[in-house]
Amino acid sequence: MTNEPSIHVDHDEAGANIEHGDHENAYSGLLVNDAHWAFGTDFEDPLAGVDTTVPSGVDPKDLAAYCLMLGDDALVFSQRISEWCSSAPDLEEDIALANIALDLLGQSRLLLARSAAADPSLVPQLPEGSPVPDEDRLAFFREDLAFRNVRLAEVPNGDFAEAVAKILIYSTWRLAIFERLQSSRDSVLSAIAVKGVKEMSYHRDFAGRWVLTLARGTEESKTRLLTALEGLWPLWGELFETHPVEASVAAAGIGVDPAEVADEAGVILDQVFAAAGIERPERGALAGVRGERGRDGLHTEALSKMLADMQVVARQYPEGQW
Amino acid sequence: MTTQINENQFDATELEAQFAATIKAKDRIEPRDWMPEKYRKTLVRQVAQHAHSEIIGMQPEGNWISRAPSLRRKAILLAKVQDEAGHGLYLYSAAETLGATRNELTEKLIAGKQKYSSIFNYPTLAYTDVGTIGWLVDGAAICNQVPLCRTSFGPYGRAMIRVCKEESFHQRQGYELLMTMMRGTEEQRASVQESVNRFWWPSLMMFGPPDDDSPNTEQSMEWGIKTHTNDELRQKFVDMSVPQAEALGVTFPDDGLKWNEERGHYDFSTPDWDEFWAVVKGNGPCNEQRVAHRKRAWDEGAWVREAALAFAENTAADAADTDTAADTDTANTADTTNTTAEETAK
Repeated sequence: MTNEPSIHVDHDEAGANIEHGDHENAYSGLLVNDAHWAFGTDFEDPLAGVDTTVPSGVDPKDLAAYCLMLGDDALVFSQRISEWCSSAPDLEEDIALANIALDLLGQSRLLLARSAAADPSLVPQLPEGSPVPDEDRLAFFREDLAFRNVRLAEVPNGDFAEAVAKILIYSTWRLAIFERLQSSRDSVLSAIAVKGVKEMSYHRDFAGRWVLTLARGTEESKTRLLTALEGLWPLWGELFETHPVEASVAAAGIGVDPAEVADEAGVILDQVFAAAGIERPERGALAGVRGERGRDGLHTEALSKMLADMQVVARQYPEGQW
Repeated sequence: MTTQINENQFDATELEAQFAATIKAKDRIEPRDWMPEKYRKTLVRQVAQHAHSEIIGMQPEGNWISRAPSLRRKAILLAKVQDEAGHGLYLYSAAETLGATRNELTEKLIAGKQKYSSIFNYPTLAYTDVGTIGWLVDGAAICNQVPLCRTSFGPYGRAMIRVCKEESFHQRQGYELLMTMMRGTEEQRASVQESVNRFWWPSLMMFGPPDDDSPNTEQSMEWGIKTHTNDELRQKFVDMSVPQAEALGVTFPDDGLKWNEERGHYDFSTPDWDEFWAVVKGNGPCNEQRVAHRKRAWDEGAWVREAALAFAENTAADAADTDTAADTDTANTADTTNTTAEETAK
């Protein structure tokens, strides 16, 4: 019956042992500036040490705009999913949704940093001497009209069926793009895609299994799932519209033309629907305004409200240290 | 017949003696060991209260996830709040080894029949509170919880070892946020002091009422569930926090706080126990809000949990029909992989 707490020995980044003992003193080491602290003890450029030279044959402005599009998708969708925290149907789902939001947040940080490195003129100006890093200037100091995410990423959350349907649609689309993006001529984008493919395979799997569960669970869960898919379906078409920036980076071997993955993504989604015994919704695509959609900075009413909340503290301290 | 009764009596005495010997030797009681019914009940109450505290504790900090002022801070905070869900999971599992179920305990929480730490009934009014909660609230929680790693019930003690490890990581993150803000602008420094002023007294109250007003302490100490008194732990916390505040550059809102050479401890004023009891009894600033939030999440998730059960039954029935059970058991198992804040940081 004896089971005394053992001494846990961890290793810091330098390989030295860190003895936690049994934490008798909650404050031991609190002031020690070691590498074991969360995310280091200071902001570190997520692309530190990475060669961010723009490959030949592509306009750096196009590369930056493209990274901003992908980065905004991930950032805005992560923000929406993180709203689930402490409100999911059970603890396991709360943890899983937080994992997905964290993965997307990590992707967005890399993409925004890549964007800023490729075209510094995109980054909002702050008072001289402001320590706010580029990724945060882009995330917190742009207006909604400057966000380039697809509208699917920003629509307000519904019930849990809406959450899994939206994650399934997003990750099926994005995975098809990232699989191709792995061979981008831009080594930064390629590395981001390799990491993202692993993460989003899990997101798609999580969402796919829940779609199956809800479709074949109770009458209520099936009805809710169908309602959610019906509501989201008008946003599907926009995912495969080619923006001129996407056409340009695709032609340069840097990015992916989303229109090229439409069939592939559709087939995968249909496989999930078939396994779930449900039909693909039949609804027309959501129109834009004068032909402009999310990629052009034309959003739903929900985005500026979401940003007002997301950006409020950062804007209160334009010279703040975080 | 008579013989059998005598044997049972003998057994019961023998079992009690064994239990007492295990406690005395500071060994662990395990779920399949005999234990007095009152010991079991006390533990279920304590472990459930602890699990509820983790889950309700997601809300005050969760309140600032959407408004985190940098992407790095957003990731740190989301991972931390996620860790709390993970702690809730381990602790509900520990309670399950005593025969309680997560559903039943959650129902008791939202019906107001079981409590959680009163600290979470205080509001978070600034992003800075995320740092202060990490430093003071998690710090006080660790002081309370470290001795529980040696608590007499095995599953609880083992869960606490992992919880404490992660909590001390959270505490460092909180302190690091405050340190960073103190290096920032004048407004940021003022915000840190304001936040510390609000959380200092509630943090001291986390150790519970004074010893002479704590009816359960004696029995819990005898059973090895509790190993230090409330006042001992409170003193320890004050002694550790003062130099920490000095290093940070903030003060605590207590004129009576000063070093006592003779005692070798800091003297401090008496917390406002009227406020403590008001919050414990349900009149804290956020009691209703916290429970209502948990109830809403639980109620709104009911159809999902029902669907998962129905799906499992449907697929099990299908599998029985086709005699191929291989692919059915994992279909609706949500991924519970919990990347801890510490792992996220690596």
